[in-house]
Amino acid sequence: MFDFSIVTQWIHSLLTSFLPEEVAVFIECLAIGVCILLAYAIIAIIMIFMERKVCAAFQCRLGPMRVGPWGTIQVFADVFKMLIKEIIAIRHSDKFLYNLAPYIVILASIMAFSCLPFSKGMEVLDFNVGIFFLTAASSIGVVGILLAGWSSNNKYSLIGAMRSGAQMISYELSMGLSLLTIIVLTDTMQLSEIVERQADGWFIFKGHIPAFIAFVIYLIAGNAEVNRGPFDLPEAESELTAGYHTEYSGMHFGLFYVAEFVNLFIIAGVAATIFLGGWMPLHINGLDGFNTVMDYIPGFVWFFGKAFFVVWILMWFKWTFPRLRIDQILTLEWKYLVPIGLLNLLLMVIIVVFDLHF
Amino acid sequence: MKEKRSYLGGLMHGIGTLLTGMKITGREFFTKKVTEQYPENRDTLEISPRFRGRLTMPTDAEGNNKCIACGLCQMACPNDTIHITSESVLNEETGKKKKVLVKYEYDLGACMFCQLCVNACAHGAIEFTTEFENAVFDRSTLVMNLNEELRMKN
Repeated sequence: MFDFSIVTQWIHSLLTSFLPEEVAVFIECLAIGVCILLAYAIIAIIMIFMERKVCAAFQCRLGPMRVGPWGTIQVFADVFKMLIKEIIAIRHSDKFLYNLAPYIVILASIMAFSCLPFSKGMEVLDFNVGIFFLTAASSIGVVGILLAGWSSNNKYSLIGAMRSGAQMISYELSMGLSLLTIIVLTDTMQLSEIVERQADGWFIFKGHIPAFIAFVIYLIAGNAEVNRGPFDLPEAESELTAGYHTEYSGMHFGLFYVAEFVNLFIIAGVAATIFLGGWMPLHINGLDGFNTVMDYIPGFVWFFGKAFFVVWILMWFKWTFPRLRIDQILTLEWKYLVPIGLLNLLLMVIIVVFDLHF
Repeated sequence: MKEKRSYLGGLMHGIGTLLTGMKITGREFFTKKVTEQYPENRDTLEISPRFRGRLTMPTDAEGNNKCIACGLCQMACPNDTIHITSESVLNEETGKKKKVLVKYEYDLGACMFCQLCVNACAHGAIEFTTEFENAVFDRSTLVMNLNEELRMKN
């Protein structure tokens, strides 16, 4: 397995050889920031393209086919269109908050994005409370959404934002519970450490029944967290035009749109890291030949393969189920997911205490 | 009536119905897609046989059409799209007069493709084809003489 930290170590020693330590670290931080933004943009484009193609396939269509081979240039054309559109200032809106809101949303999204371990040694933010930081950072996004709805001076936006707030704060709970279930199994919160512990089997296999229940709860809660799928009532177009981003145009709308898609990828990436082993190849105890063959596949291929598989599952949810009402959403969360999540946590504790996991 | 379910029963039922839905869409994901890439695949285009492109008079193997010039289609048409001209011809063998179709005028420009004429026809003498490239430069060319077309084909 190729360790990416060799490359970063080499760059660091190269820079420190002719620069003072502080300047070298500053340059490295800048370079990593640029890399993260680039990766963010590329993943957003891939996600939008995938969404259109997968949606089309579920509806028995082909999706975009005209711009470029298999419509691959379509998303670039859309992004370019978005970039050259005018950003309209709304009269009687709270100008400062109105302009600030999309940046808060994108900031939360990028902070969560930089926590993901893409490959061995390829983690940007990696410290002992990684998962804690990730959930905290990703929930800043709801502030941006509430601000967007509040400052737009539009009742649809406000209703959409309030629904979104109620939904995201509720589902944060069961998401945290399902992550906690796995933390009980791993006894660490550091994301790189979590991946290392899955070398002899992914947690969804190691933790068997409670891990699988936690995985399902995580997928449902994650889908609600990014306002998608059957939980897209904050932006229910038939009731609220577009919800909290009704009044936004041009790239400000684009930022919301991109953040929504990358948040979906982050949810999938975290699910892949925590439950499906992240960049760790599929290892089966006892089959050493099989394990070495799997090790030849690079880590980022495993990570992106798993993450996009989870994204595909979430899209499958989205294009299958009809939208829920607000009372149904809250019933599902408070009467089903939270009690089941708590019981599941208890079950996992029992399994860990009596050493019943693999 | 909606039957009352217990908490766990309702949960299991809910999961079951969700899985049923996912099974259906999951199967749909892998089926052949129905999109037609029209200008490129003009030769292999698949159009549903029930599509109503324009009216024609089908012929049997000898090139005969079943029309008896009864005028039912003309009467059924809500838009006055069809005009039939007929004449009486004396049959030499039986010595009886019989109506024969002279001209079957069909105005494609006024047709709304409701298929009432085809339903009214008692003999199956007219039907819609899936031919849909009907654009022309002059509106008068939309008025077609189906009878003439039939003769040209023979």
